[in-house]
Amino acid sequence: MDLGINVIEMLLYLVAIIGFAAINAAYLVWVERKGAGHIQRRTGPKEVGPYGLLQPLADGAKLMSKQLIIPAGVDKPLFMVAPLLAMVPAVMIFVTIPFSENLVARDINIGLLVIFAFASVNVLSLLMGGWASRNKYAVISAARAVSQNVAYEIPLLVMTITIVLVSGSLNLREIVFSQAGAFWHWNWLPTNGNFLGPITFIMFFICYLAETNRAPFDLGEAESELIAGFHTEYGSMGFGLFFMGEYANIVIGSALIVILFLGGWYSPFPEVVPFLGSAGVWWFLLKMYLLIWLVVLIRWTFPRVTLWSLLNLSWKILIPFSLFNLLASAGLVKFLG
Amino acid sequence: MAGYFTNILSGTKSLLVGLSITQKEFFKKPVTLQYPWESLEMTPRYRGHIQLIKDPETGSHKCISCGMCQRGCPSNCITIHSEKQEGVKGKVLVKYELDFTKCSLCGQCIENCKPSAIEFSKEYNLASTRKEDFHYDLLKRLKEQK
Ligand code: SF4
Ligand code: SF4
Repeated sequence: MDLGINVIEMLLYLVAIIGFAAINAAYLVWVERKGAGHIQRRTGPKEVGPYGLLQPLADGAKLMSKQLIIPAGVDKPLFMVAPLLAMVPAVMIFVTIPFSENLVARDINIGLLVIFAFASVNVLSLLMGGWASRNKYAVISAARAVSQNVAYEIPLLVMTITIVLVSGSLNLREIVFSQAGAFWHWNWLPTNGNFLGPITFIMFFICYLAETNRAPFDLGEAESELIAGFHTEYGSMGFGLFFMGEYANIVIGSALIVILFLGGWYSPFPEVVPFLGSAGVWWFLLKMYLLIWLVVLIRWTFPRVTLWSLLNLSWKILIPFSLFNLLASAGLVKFLG
Repeated sequence: MAGYFTNILSGTKSLLVGLSITQKEFFKKPVTLQYPWESLEMTPRYRGHIQLIKDPETGSHKCISCGMCQRGCPSNCITIHSEKQEGVKGKVLVKYELDFTKCSLCGQCIENCKPSAIEFSKEYNLASTRKEDFHYDLLKRLKEQK
């Protein structure tokens, strides 16, 4: 093995991944603001560049040029590390995501496990940020974020196990290969042989919204109650990193759903349809951005849930359903598969 | 137990209805006004500061300098300056002073004016840090409009 080429390859992947994550995070903010604007019959950003397209760059320049204020009495090391912990795992996760058959930085055979291992660090960063801030709103927010993440990690993992049972692999590429073909072969439809697919899909989607702390589950940064929650005390790029981490997590979650349920890079049409029928990275991205749009739409449609109804949804509905779903799917795989 | 499942189903349905509403609104045209670039036509009964009406026949105002507006104004905003001129019947208006800082837009001056020489303008873009900017000479203003 040639070490030099390997290092260059690694660096290229690294640059590409960080670039992808950063551009997505920046432009999702634009999409969100523009979307929110038009949903509320406003125009959204429109001053900086055509259609406000340069707004994210202006925001970035503003955030970077601001002073990084460290309030008196904060736990300094934790305070500094927390925003990094929000962003770095998000970038790490991109390494394992297969965007098409060959477009994957590292094809790890326990890719799914790696994703969940890194994703669970996110809640730690919220907790650290909130705790280190020495601000009562931040602490309340951190406590909420932790209880929310604990409650939703369980059904999320149970549902993931269901999918792993159905497709028989922890490797993300293998999971996509098991859904090869047009859209009725994908895991989200009962036609794939697993007639619990739709339920798993919907519940996974709800859990993913809750895991990424997106509205209507954004209790961690409920502006009207907690100012800005765990990042109240952060300014400048500290806040910027939290923000980018949040959006990177949305991209990752959507990519994961595309891989687990929506057939990854496969085209929804049979192979016989010319051009549209061919599989490729564009189908992956198209599905991913449609999902992201759904997430944005949800944020601007539904009001924030209360903490108890959030936990009720998880403990009373999602966890029993997901456990039942796991048992039933296991039975199906055992007796039919 | 039956309530549990119908609850979930009806809840899901109402969530989908909500999503479709916002998605539809997304495609509609924005209703907001980009103010400094666009502005609304003022409504007919809007009251801006008073102004002299331009008479389309003579191209000038119809004020006869009777001073009724000045006398009727409860806030003493109006000062009429007029003079006798050779060959002209009656007095000629030379300056119509309005101190808009005190005006309450009551309309008394307009009511008082026999020849209907004044009206409310549609001026609403008024801002300044000096009160002198709101001392107008309406006659000069009318001439500048020409
Ligand atoms: S509107 Fe009323 S207050 Fe204003 S100038 Fe006329 S009479 Fe005076
Ligand atoms: S009442 Fe009318 S005509 Fe008389 S001075 Fe005032 S504006 Fe002129």
